[in-house]
Amino acid sequence: MTSLFLLQLLNGVQFGVLLFLIAAGLTLVFGIMDFVNLAHGVLYMVGAYLMATFAMITGSFAAGLALALAATLVFGLVLELLVFRKLYDRSHLDQVLATFGLVMIVNEGVRIIWGTSPLTVPMPPLLAGSIPLVGPLQYPVYRLAIIAAGLVTALGLWLVINHTRVGMLLRAGATNRSIVSALGVNVSRLFTLVFAFGAMLAGFAGAIISPILSVDTGMGESVLILAFVVIVIGGIGSIRGAFLGALLVGVVDTLGRSFGPILLRTIMDPSAASQTGRTLAPMVVYILMAAILFARPAGLFGRNTS
Amino acid sequence: MKTKMRVLAPILASSLLAGAAAAADDVKIGLMFTLSGPAATLGEQGRDGFLLALEQIGDLGGLPTEVVVVDDEQKPDVAANKARELVARDEVDFVVGPTFSNIALAIHKPVTESGAVLISPNAGPSPFAGAECHPNFYVTSYQNDQMHEVMGAHAKEQGYDNVFLMAPNYQAGKDSLSGFKHSYDGGIAGEIYTQLGQLDFSAELAQIAAMQPDALFTFMPGGMGVNLVKQYRQAGLASIPFLSAFTVDESTLPAQQDAALGFFSGANWAPDMDNEQSRAFVTAYEEKYGTVPGSYAMHGFDTALLLDAALRAVDGDLDDKEGLRKALEAADFQSLRGEFAFGPNHYPIQDFYLAEVVKRDDGKFQTSIVRKIFDDYQDNYAEDCEMPE
Amino acid sequence: MSANTATAPAKALPPRVALRTWVAIALFAGFALVPVLAGLIDDPFLLVTATRIVVFAIAAMALDLILGYGAMVSFGHAAYLGIGAYAVAILSAYGITDLGLHLLAAVMVSAVFAAITGGISLRTRGVYFIMITLAFGQMAYFFFVSLSAFGGDDGMTLGRRSTVFGQPLLEDNLVLFYVALGFLVALYAFSAALVRSRFGRVLTGTRENRIRMQAIGFAPFPYQLTAFVISGCMTSVAGVLLANQSEFVSPAFMNWHRSGELIVMVVLGGIGNLTGAIGGAMIALLLEDWLSLLTRHWRLFFGLFLVLVVLYAPGGVTGLIRRIRGGPP
Repeated sequence: MTSLFLLQLLNGVQFGVLLFLIAAGLTLVFGIMDFVNLAHGVLYMVGAYLMATFAMITGSFAAGLALALAATLVFGLVLELLVFRKLYDRSHLDQVLATFGLVMIVNEGVRIIWGTSPLTVPMPPLLAGSIPLVGPLQYPVYRLAIIAAGLVTALGLWLVINHTRVGMLLRAGATNRSIVSALGVNVSRLFTLVFAFGAMLAGFAGAIISPILSVDTGMGESVLILAFVVIVIGGIGSIRGAFLGALLVGVVDTLGRSFGPILLRTIMDPSAASQTGRTLAPMVVYILMAAILFARPAGLFGRNTS
Repeated sequence: MKTKMRVLAPILASSLLAGAAAAADDVKIGLMFTLSGPAATLGEQGRDGFLLALEQIGDLGGLPTEVVVVDDEQKPDVAANKARELVARDEVDFVVGPTFSNIALAIHKPVTESGAVLISPNAGPSPFAGAECHPNFYVTSYQNDQMHEVMGAHAKEQGYDNVFLMAPNYQAGKDSLSGFKHSYDGGIAGEIYTQLGQLDFSAELAQIAAMQPDALFTFMPGGMGVNLVKQYRQAGLASIPFLSAFTVDESTLPAQQDAALGFFSGANWAPDMDNEQSRAFVTAYEEKYGTVPGSYAMHGFDTALLLDAALRAVDGDLDDKEGLRKALEAADFQSLRGEFAFGPNHYPIQDFYLAEVVKRDDGKFQTSIVRKIFDDYQDNYAEDCEMPE
Repeated sequence: MSANTATAPAKALPPRVALRTWVAIALFAGFALVPVLAGLIDDPFLLVTATRIVVFAIAAMALDLILGYGAMVSFGHAAYLGIGAYAVAILSAYGITDLGLHLLAAVMVSAVFAAITGGISLRTRGVYFIMITLAFGQMAYFFFVSLSAFGGDDGMTLGRRSTVFGQPLLEDNLVLFYVALGFLVALYAFSAALVRSRFGRVLTGTRENRIRMQAIGFAPFPYQLTAFVISGCMTSVAGVLLANQSEFVSPAFMNWHRSGELIVMVVLGGIGNLTGAIGGAMIALLLEDWLSLLTRHWRLFFGLFLVLVVLYAPGGVTGLIRRIRGGPP
């Protein structure tokens, strides 16, 4: 049981790390620009589709990944220049509406370009296979690689935000936007930079998950809602909050699914436990969020807005 | 005003058909499939199979045939409305569709109550096979449970005594596991219901690895199946037999590829079915659409053949409702799967097979028949059906 | 910044109030004539479309009540649509078919659900509020998905529509349409009276300047919560009608996309004036119908339309009218 628990914990961390990559860009855009971006999930999807295409053309995982990253960065820049830039000083409602429309456009566009069948990305041979854990239990090397990539990214973000000039501006921007522009910083360029970088992180998440998950047009949506849950739990604008929130959501979701019914069985009869477990499992994350917001209305690391 | 995706059946040699067309009515058919969203591949296969047959036959029953194609978007409420639109505004005589059972439940009432005939070329929900059977409702595929029963029977024959069961947490998923248990009476290693639409199965696979069962039985349609199959192999579990229904088939194999090799599935047909007509169909389909047809396409094709035969039997007289019903029930057409007959509940009686995923010489993947499991098999609900006269 | 755009409708001059009421009356009269038109051009399906529009207009108007007047952007309002629909389905399954009882159950359950979730959600503001209402909406969605006794994810078909005094009057599409229209008119009148009342003024006052309202002695919370509950109950009425119209209920009625579509309707028409929501529901549904007739890729064009509206026609239809009439933007 303990080794199975360890394995599930690893799974939860891997899921959390993936959520962090998506949530990081989202929380920056939210925090600094006060911008509700429902279209962030489609960037994750586009990253995966570009990865599938470039990996097929180049025949190499690494080259495909590099090209996909560059392409999502460009895609993010284009979106920012064409649409998002015009929405920063609008109400949240307008932002919700426009990005909701954008989700429809990109989803349908992807369907037109790549068709409706799911695509697949081959596993890089170097990272294929599993390593034995305990007894019959094994863990895929690739998932460990995802965890490593996510942790390295988190560390890099932490360094950038705490030890560079851009990071200082970002922190200042998340706290008080008007001050940053008063300092004579080119806010517009900073916004573009943050947005494109966030898009690339989401694209990176989509690209590295593509050998595990099939690439299809619905993939951005389920992840989007969870990414929102993550940043709201963590506190909008806080990278540290996004990191902890992502790990919390990943682990709670994974453990809730696998051990929830087992735990319930200790307090009720098996059939009732499995029925309750099935009903509760998908809700656990949302209950967690509601509980956290009840106690701390601005999330774990958020500033109190009122 | 009405610029719907209409596909007028190609009018063959006009001299031949001109007389018939002038004398008889038109027949109007509404095709409703899931043509958008993640599951669109299944719907496209059904639609393309039907249209391919139409192209080969020319006009159904010799009547000028008009086809209206609509997309149910895999949303039951949208489907119910579009079904109403088909019967009320387009005044179709037949509705062929849908792809999914929950859509079938939603459109059954609006279509059958209007007097139009609903023929499902894929979904075979249990309620309409039993007490709620309806004279205007036909299924040309199978009753959903049967595929799961095939795998249960196979597991039993193999002497497995420790099978792990996994399905998404919704009605079809629960039906699937109870269908499996209907014909399997050995031990159960574990039983998991996953969240519908779940894409990462790492937690569940860890449990399977810990249990080391004799076999896994699963029902994971669409994108869920693509992911499960890939992750199952990545987790090093492929040595445990993978028994499934609607999880590895021609709609998912282009994405699963090598990961699915050797995995098992229940089937009422496979592209390597050994008869002349089926071979010709597979060749024609691949030539036209560039993909390997699955059972979804086969059912679409068969449905067009059924309609053609029935309309011919009544000499194209659409007003002869009684005769038309008798002709449909007789199912006097040559099915691609060989023998085909309707039970009293208008669900098929047919053979079922164990199929395995293979790689063809041209590098494409398809399912291949291993052996027959059930002969002239009827569903378990037929006896509850008292078909109104 | 968002506060600035929101101030405009509050400074509405008397003539404009009259205009939007006149437009609403014209819309209602137009709806009332739809059956005649359907008869003239021999298209019975027109009535089905019109019923859907009326039903969604009720839901959109209910959302506008809190979104437009209270600045509470609820991203989980489809949950109430679902509660209303399931009230019909579940009661009917137990043999209770009366419309009045269906409405009563829908409104009561919605009131309880709205009071609990609203009580928690209203502790937060802005984006947090949007997200927590989304989370509660998802919880309701998953609850009904796992409710296997009533079809679970597949939903369930209604054997028959609700009865009125034991009579199956609603089976006639025409009667159903006029009943729905009657509810729309009545709830419009109720909402219009509500926003003009002292209660409505406190609500809009809180939207404009929360601190000032607190300073002059109004605690915003009870007002906002009451408005949230009223809005939820009104939406559930739309849910009851929707179930009757489609004769089918499913959790799909309440997934987050549907909540997004309700917001789309309100914003398309223009927020904070009730009439806009009705117009928005009409535009959204008709556009969807029309585009899907033209192309399979209609979502692309619908999305494009939304983006263009936001970029070039802020304030939706009412914003457009206001600009044409030369009012403040």
